[in-house]
Amino acid sequence: MTSKIHPALIVFTVFVFIFLVGPLVIVIGSALSNTTYLTFPPQGLSLRWFENIFAISAFRRTIITSLQIAFISTFIALLIGIPAAYALNRYRIQLPGWLSTLFVLPVLVPELVLGFALLKNFAAEFSAPIFLSLIIGHTLLVLPYVVRVISASLASFDFSIEEAAISLGSPPLKTFFTILLPNVRSGVIAAFILCFITSINDVSISIFMTGPGISTLPIQILAHMEQFFDPTVASVSVLLMALTVGVMAIVERTLGLTFLAK
Amino acid sequence: MTQNLSIQSITAHYGSTKVLEDLSLEIAEGELVSLLGASGCGKTTTLRLVAGFLEPTSGKIELGGKDLTRLPAHQRNIGLVFQNYALFPHLSVAENVGFGLKQRGVSGDVKAKRVGAMLERVGLGHLADRLPGALSGGQKQRVALARALVIEPPLLMFDEPLSNLDAKLRVDMRVEIRQLQRANGTTSVYVTHDQEEAFSISDRVAIMHAGRIMQLDTPEVLYQRPANAFVARFVGFENLIPMDVVARDGAKITAEMAGGARITLSLEQFGTIPDSFILACRADGLAVTDNASVEGIPTKLGLRTYLGRAYQYQCETAAGHLLANGPLTRPLDIGANAKLVPVPEQCTILAPEPVA
Repeated sequence: MTSKIHPALIVFTVFVFIFLVGPLVIVIGSALSNTTYLTFPPQGLSLRWFENIFAISAFRRTIITSLQIAFISTFIALLIGIPAAYALNRYRIQLPGWLSTLFVLPVLVPELVLGFALLKNFAAEFSAPIFLSLIIGHTLLVLPYVVRVISASLASFDFSIEEAAISLGSPPLKTFFTILLPNVRSGVIAAFILCFITSINDVSISIFMTGPGISTLPIQILAHMEQFFDPTVASVSVLLMALTVGVMAIVERTLGLTFLAK
Repeated sequence: MTQNLSIQSITAHYGSTKVLEDLSLEIAEGELVSLLGASGCGKTTTLRLVAGFLEPTSGKIELGGKDLTRLPAHQRNIGLVFQNYALFPHLSVAENVGFGLKQRGVSGDVKAKRVGAMLERVGLGHLADRLPGALSGGQKQRVALARALVIEPPLLMFDEPLSNLDAKLRVDMRVEIRQLQRANGTTSVYVTHDQEEAFSISDRVAIMHAGRIMQLDTPEVLYQRPANAFVARFVGFENLIPMDVVARDGAKITAEMAGGARITLSLEQFGTIPDSFILACRADGLAVTDNASVEGIPTKLGLRTYLGRAYQYQCETAAGHLLANGPLTRPLDIGANAKLVPVPEQCTILAPEPVA
């Protein structure tokens, strides 16, 4: 049995892969270069630019801040978004249609506008602490993803399963944790990953919220690039990628396994 | 263990729509009563009210003399079997069946033993460790049944439990459900839109329409003596002929139908007959004859179909379209003039329908 593949399809696929993987290869390559400027292919192999990240205290601090903000805002968004998605799906018939649209609004507004609005009307207006402003901004940014992804999982969930558990004597809140959550586990994991990546990579909201003393990693990368054009930027990017992949792997493992062990 | 269910003048609304109106229903201990009707008749609403997933606007629900009306669903101790099985997808068959026991603090060997025994009873002992996704429809419904029965509830409720199964399995399963219900003597409410299913397994059937019970009776009475025109049509009375009494003569009356045809009915057969009534019957209740001298409803015969036990005729009469059966020995042709003679044993007298 032979399957025919059109040559054009092969060419097309190859190009897609080049565009997807190419930049990553270039960034990783440049990060390993022994030169004092960004270049590809790398000239001489060295890990000195990775060491340089930790030599610069601003990078050290912003990596921690970015991780904290990503975890906290993702956690808050899940805390708000899962019950919201549940209510939107469970009581879809009783609730007005615009309510579910409300939760996706932050995605529709350009992030820069959202960031500026938050700065002008919240951060500046109430002179809110920078860290708090960042948390609020990022929570707002990622909440729509939680509601969307969990809603998608719940769309295929048969709520009579929940009623069956209640009829067997399980109180509603307990049923939510023992019956409903385990059945949207993959949705929760997907939402976590999406939120975490979105938060840790965010520039447009963070740029308005950051201020003296506190910054996030992407903002620090921008600041660094304005002054230096050395491969530190590339190595930070590689580090950011590694962090993200690492967190994903851990989440997939732990969240996946704890839920499986009910 | 088993208890009687008493639903007392329940009214329920969905938003501003009234879905149940002043509905009352008494189900004795150990009795299986079906709620039968088309979708939207309020049968599922009634079940959900008893289960505690909906709250009535007014009225009272009692189980074994205890008021359930405002009790949260999880404290009601009612076994439920759902149309789409509603098994917990992430738990094994044994864990599904053991779920209710776990909520009641039963654990360890006692739980394992009761789950095992229940699974044996429904013939699924060998599948205890499977996940529901790996079961067939019939097996899933058996697990659901076992899960509801193992908590030994005083009341069992079924919400269209067989409608997702194929025809053959449906018949087998309903026998199985009835046997288990009988053996346990559990009071049961069975919601279905399938008349055959309801009639075959129930002690009594409530035929529902527009949020009311139109008639609550044994299947035999419903089938032979419907109480009103709605139930008559529902159980398959094809012929509903409005009539007016024109003469009363001792034990007999003479009634006239639209078009002027007259028939004589015996009060001995029908009891009292109001001045205005509906003569209702299936096709069996009108005998076709080409004997022009008998008293009957004149008709021109339409299409003849062969039923095996009789010929059936589409009949056009002055009172509208009727269905009648004739003997196999004398097939009559399309277009022939004939008379339709009511067979008293097959006919019933109903009150005229209120003008809508």
